[in-house]
Amino acid sequence: MVPTSYYLILAAMLFSIGIAAFLIKRNVITIFISIELMLNAVNLTFVAFAHMWHQVSGQIFVFFVMVVAAAEAAVGLAIIISIFRTRQTLNVDEIDLMKL
Amino acid sequence: MSPMPASYLWLIPLLPFAGFLINGTLGRRLPRAAVSAVALLFTAAPAALVAWLCATMRAAGELTMSSNAGPWIQVTGFQADFAFTVDHLTLVMLGVVTGVGFIIHIYSVGYMAEEEGYWRFFAYLNLFMFFMSVLVLAESFLLLFVGWEGVGLASYLLIGFYFRKTSAANAGKKAFIVNRIGDFGFLLAMFLLVAHFGSLNFTQIFATVGQHPEWQGARFLTAIALLLVLGAAGKSAQIPLYVWLPDAMEGPTPVSALIHAATMVTAGIYMVARCHTLFDRSPLALAVVACIGAATAIFAASIGMVQHDIKRVLAYSTVSQLGYMFMACGVGAYAAGIFHLLTHAFFKALLFLAAGSVIHALGGEQDLRRMGGLRTRTPITFWTMSAGVFAIAGIPPFAGFFSKDEILYRTFTSPSPLHIVLWMVGLITAGMTSFYMFRLWFKTFFGPAYFDEQRNLHDHGAAMYLQSGTHAVMVADHDEGHAAHERGAHESPWIMLFPLIILAILSVVGGFVGAPSFLFGHDEIGRFLDPVFASGAAPAAASASHGLEALLAAISVLIAALGYYIAYVFYYKKPEMAAALADRHKAAYALLSHKYWVDEFYSNFLVLPLLMFTRGILELIFERGVVNGSARAAGMGTRGFAWFARKQISGNIRSYAGWLAIGAAAVLAVMIFGRSLWVRS
Repeated sequence: MVPTSYYLILAAMLFSIGIAAFLIKRNVITIFISIELMLNAVNLTFVAFAHMWHQVSGQIFVFFVMVVAAAEAAVGLAIIISIFRTRQTLNVDEIDLMKL
Repeated sequence: MSPMPASYLWLIPLLPFAGFLINGTLGRRLPRAAVSAVALLFTAAPAALVAWLCATMRAAGELTMSSNAGPWIQVTGFQADFAFTVDHLTLVMLGVVTGVGFIIHIYSVGYMAEEEGYWRFFAYLNLFMFFMSVLVLAESFLLLFVGWEGVGLASYLLIGFYFRKTSAANAGKKAFIVNRIGDFGFLLAMFLLVAHFGSLNFTQIFATVGQHPEWQGARFLTAIALLLVLGAAGKSAQIPLYVWLPDAMEGPTPVSALIHAATMVTAGIYMVARCHTLFDRSPLALAVVACIGAATAIFAASIGMVQHDIKRVLAYSTVSQLGYMFMACGVGAYAAGIFHLLTHAFFKALLFLAAGSVIHALGGEQDLRRMGGLRTRTPITFWTMSAGVFAIAGIPPFAGFFSKDEILYRTFTSPSPLHIVLWMVGLITAGMTSFYMFRLWFKTFFGPAYFDEQRNLHDHGAAMYLQSGTHAVMVADHDEGHAAHERGAHESPWIMLFPLIILAILSVVGGFVGAPSFLFGHDEIGRFLDPVFASGAAPAAASASHGLEALLAAISVLIAALGYYIAYVFYYKKPEMAAALADRHKAAYALLSHKYWVDEFYSNFLVLPLLMFTRGILELIFERGVVNGSARAAGMGTRGFAWFARKQISGNIRSYAGWLAIGAAAVLAVMIFGRSLWVRS
């Protein structure tokens, strides 16, 4: 029996790695991957708590997150492709069209 | 004659209001004839209605008639209705307002014929008639106050009728602001009435007062009465608030006749008479009314003796006569006061209209020193004005004699401890009145014809051009519309003379309605008003004999004759004597001709400090510092914050993400550690 705290520590580590990558990396694809990483860290905590309390609701939540994440990935990738087509770059520092 | 339904009462004010609406909205596009037709029609109809009302009420022996059109303000414990009521006092007032008002409307058609803004003038005049009727018909203090303020508005608009002239605009403002001080008293009195009676209805309040004999001299009644006196002093131009009335002469002359002599300025006297139940219970307030009245009467009369502007003489005379009416009310002789109000409305309106006719004849000249010899040039004006002069001077059997004598007699026999002093003041005032009126009369109609001489010089010698040139400028400045008359002095058109004749007849015979019994009269007006005033503590029952009454009358006639004689000597027989006298008593003459420096005193000691306070403290510190400052600070703060916030929109995704992460961390930190900050366990 693995204690719940182990899962939580792992999830926190994954989440922190995701944040760090999000802040450091310039490539849009990498940033996208780090967002997925954070989402999955959260999923891991959901599952861990669901296991701990013997409740299914946490697991159902995870399914929802996965579905939304899949939809988001589809939209996000479409946006990235279209940006790349028009600007020939994936560097976020150069994608600042909405700057005031 | 069928009795008049009570709901017709509403027509009396609403008809002039309809005239105001028509002339006010469409008048600019209507021809002058149509404007005057509307104005005359909508004032003639109420006059006819009042005559009908008077006849039906007398025939039916009714004392009062009321009409209630439903609630106006309705809250718990307080209700004010749109209610009108007519009793005999109201009938007298309505007769004056609609009758004299209509006559003056006719005159105005002729007088204003060449003025700009003809429609505006008649619209305002009809508006005034509306509010004045509301004032006298009102059944509660609140509705009376509506009329009270409304006539103030109409007065303001009409004083400033020649609004391009700065002095006229200022006079209008002065009238309005001085009246505001009086209205402040009136408002406070109404608050007190609501606090003590829970009502503003006349019937209810007076009935309540009647049921409490122990309230004799009660402090709250005195306070209410004194505050009402303040309001009345503002409207009726009594000391200390009389200063606006002489300046109000900047308005067209028919306005001076209607508003500032015959009707509006008597509203204060009407109000005091209407509230006589309150005043009777407060000997102090009554004494104050009497003293204010007597002081104003003699004070204004003394100023009137040395004024040179014909309208100003009449204005001070009006102030003085209003003081007389106040004095009558103050000694409890309300009927005598209302009687004088009635006769005064006739002869003072006549005097103003005749003065207007003189001014018209001289092409806008108002200075008595530039008049003279008009007796033959304008005979009808001369004869009608003579009737007015004799009436106000108190020469029997003209109207003023009876009413003035009644007041003096009532004052003499009143139980007030001051009665002899008041009577003496009234008597001296009567002498002064006679003097200044005959002075005006002699200067205007007798002696050399100054005006024509000037004109001839103007025609003949170029050397004299300068002198009469400046004169012509003055004339043009005075009354633009009349400067068009370039020919010599001439009689006014018939539409102006006709009202003069009617008013002259009224000034001659009007006094007989109040003739005392020793002169074979029946004091009709006193009896007519009896039902209104009988409920109060009547003045000393006429215990004095007819002999005393006749003696007092003889004394006052003698005094009036003395005034006539002095004026005759000074201004007809030996004109140089008046100048010599003025020279010998320079200080006294300066005191009078500068009107006791009251205007200067007010402007230096009241207006100036107030202005300095507002300009120096309120404007500089409060408005610019606090109000403007806080608004500006709010603007600057918003701008500064916006500048800071805008800097954060860098367009750099990673900086946004960084802020997001920091924010999330902060929320987490508060969730984990923050609890201990506000929950003590």
